[in-house]
Amino acid sequence: MATVFFSSELIKFTGEEQVEVKARDYRALIDELVTRFENLDKAQMMEMAISIDGLILVDPLFEAIEEESEIHFFYFVTGG
Amino acid sequence: MSEVKEYKYIGQRSIRPDGFEKVTGRANYGSDLNLPGMIWGKILRSPHAHAKILSIDYAKAEALSGVLSIATHDDFPDLPVEAVVAGEGTANLRDLAQNLLADEKVLYHGHAILAVAAISEAIAEKAVNLVEVEYEILKPVLDIREATADDAPILHDDMFTKGLEEVPTVASNVAARTEFRKGDVEVGFADADIIIEREFYTPTVHQGYIEPHATTVSYDESGQSMVWCSTQGHFDVRASTAKLLGLSLNKLKVVASEIGGGFGGKTIVYLEPVAHILSKKSGRPVKMIMSREEVFKGSGPGSATRIWVKIGAKNDGTITAMQSNMSFEAGAFKGSPAMLGGMTIFTPYDVEHMYAECYDVVVNKPKVAAYRAPGAPQAEYAAEMVVSELAAKLDIDPIEFRLQNAAKEGTQTIYGPKMKAVGLVECLEAAKNSPHYQSALKANQGRGIAAGFWFNIGGMSSVTINMNPDGTGTIVEGSPDIGGSRASMQMMAAEATGIAMDKFKPIIADTENVAYNASTGGSRTTFATGMAVIEAGEDIVQQMKERAAAVWNVTAAQVDWIDGVAVNTAAENRLTAAEICAGVGRTGGQISGRANINARGAGPSFAVHVCDVEVDMETGKVDVIRYTAIQDAGKAIHPSYVEGQYQGGAVQGIGWALNEEYVYNEDGILQNPGFLDYRIPLASDLPMIETIIVEVPNAYHPYGVRGVGETGIIPPLAAVAYAVSDAIKAPVTDLPCSPPNVLKIIQSK
Repeated sequence: MATVFFSSELIKFTGEEQVEVKARDYRALIDELVTRFENLDKAQMMEMAISIDGLILVDPLFEAIEEESEIHFFYFVTGG
Repeated sequence: MSEVKEYKYIGQRSIRPDGFEKVTGRANYGSDLNLPGMIWGKILRSPHAHAKILSIDYAKAEALSGVLSIATHDDFPDLPVEAVVAGEGTANLRDLAQNLLADEKVLYHGHAILAVAAISEAIAEKAVNLVEVEYEILKPVLDIREATADDAPILHDDMFTKGLEEVPTVASNVAARTEFRKGDVEVGFADADIIIEREFYTPTVHQGYIEPHATTVSYDESGQSMVWCSTQGHFDVRASTAKLLGLSLNKLKVVASEIGGGFGGKTIVYLEPVAHILSKKSGRPVKMIMSREEVFKGSGPGSATRIWVKIGAKNDGTITAMQSNMSFEAGAFKGSPAMLGGMTIFTPYDVEHMYAECYDVVVNKPKVAAYRAPGAPQAEYAAEMVVSELAAKLDIDPIEFRLQNAAKEGTQTIYGPKMKAVGLVECLEAAKNSPHYQSALKANQGRGIAAGFWFNIGGMSSVTINMNPDGTGTIVEGSPDIGGSRASMQMMAAEATGIAMDKFKPIIADTENVAYNASTGGSRTTFATGMAVIEAGEDIVQQMKERAAAVWNVTAAQVDWIDGVAVNTAAENRLTAAEICAGVGRTGGQISGRANINARGAGPSFAVHVCDVEVDMETGKVDVIRYTAIQDAGKAIHPSYVEGQYQGGAVQGIGWALNEEYVYNEDGILQNPGFLDYRIPLASDLPMIETIIVEVPNAYHPYGVRGVGETGIIPPLAAVAYAVSDAIKAPVTDLPCSPPNVLKIIQSK
């Protein structure tokens, strides 16, 4: 099972800091999370950046998630 | 860490392909396009910082001979509350339109209200002065304290603070609250032997790009438009303009001119949609150029901030907890980089307990824009000042103190992910071993050390490399070249193909001649567009091998590609790239490599700066006498341009620390909108900025590249300010360290 860590902002909606999730890819992960936590906004989640085992991704969809993956959602960063 | 690779082309200090055009004055910048029938647009700007617009009467202007069109906010369609890419993040479309041309209120001195296009600049200027606007003047709020006072005038009646536990029922100037947490700071502070807390102030500052905003827009009867402009991202100009005006993207062709500096400030639109309205109404191409004064008054500066920091440590030098409460000015519309401040403030440190609380606050100043690593310089300034003070109180060398607590591979960041391989420790070691750090100081001199962290980003880039019949190639990219990226693309194409660098010509194509590219910002171009160049180059190599195989009647697997030459070892056959390209008609047509990517795995970078200053104790004047910038580049594709980025970031940061600030009077009128009174550093003010390139490869880039464009502006604020503090033996909290401010501290000791 992959471990998902929520940012402080997302904890308001999940009530939990981290959860174990079984999902083969990013899309399945999002679907599982919004099913499990009804207050999570799917569109908002899809706009966030994600780190899977330290690899930072923006706009992922089909990204594979391994059994032992560690996943963090955080704000999309741009720059100057 | 990736193994150290040997490269043939990258790592050299080649001549930039666009250098001749620039030094001979032939390069075309934002104001350089002139079209037949072109007319001039000028903007009427608010003389007040905060006022209701009761009426606008432009009848006299419209009647003036030579005036061909007028644009007001009413020319924008009814816009949805929708986010578009803008600077350090996204902007609300309605806010963006109101910033371009004010609707019912003006929200800062210089806020655009109306635009006129006329057959000459002089007539357009005269027409602007004939417009009569009736205002109801309101009290302005000019800083965070005023904006958050109980009786503060409210800028937006429909703005309620987001991110609070309870949904607010009263409008506020605080747009949003965000927090980042790791561990429990109360536990960490209970563990500390020493705790220091201070509040810091940083002023509103401008990026100081030398080229003002400029555009020429030509709308034709078929509904097609061409937009020529100085921008860091012409695809995002297209997106914003199309959204604001209700156009489809294929109606707009945006051409990026050469750019005379941007630093984040040219990632959003100010003139282009307005010029489009004027061109459509007049049926003529319209040119608009901001004056320097307009750039200061009307474009987006970097946020002013108030940041409280509390850090605890044990006597052995272990930091136990770091906490901050930070407020960032957003200017007239929400959307400061406060959140980025919260994500970066403590990231150079591997500390168990951290907490950052961030507020986005609107004030009656221009809407802020990105400025090199937006949010990080201000936030990390506050943290680094306290870290240095703690090291001094504990009598520990400031570099050793940072080494003891430095972020490294595996460190959990406050915003979530764990660090992959990063180079902070290597930067600190390089600083410690530098001749500069080992040199002695004299009387009235002080030294400051500061670290800096920035994420760097990837994102979408598209590149096509078209090979010519003589074996040369054109690299067609869509990332405006701000810091020498054409040369880096040329070098990476050569490295990927084995074809000599000078055989490739890089060009920046318009929005119709290359697929989408995200803006040149976030230190992404050499990383992401470079990755696309490498992939397109590898595509070419594969096609070359297939063509050679076809000629030799073997499989592509039987063909090796060695230094730009196809080799069939078994048959001792060789075909150069030029020979293959000359015969492409017989082997299947044009060879063209292509890559459209969303680059992943941007590698964060760390920097460490060492600054020595000398302070004149009678006047408070500060001279930077020696400065060294050390930064992890991952892999320096073109070391000279990497060093240039380090030096440029350092110089801008030194200016921020020493002199730069927007000065407003009590009515919110900007007092120093020009380079005479807003003083950026001159070459004669500074020593040579020494540089040390550290290379800890980013495992996610084929050559190990990390972005280098932004991190270099983060450490100077604290490096300079702490050096001043060290020299005058008194704490500095508020920037800039200008002579009057420094003298006041000296005299109050």
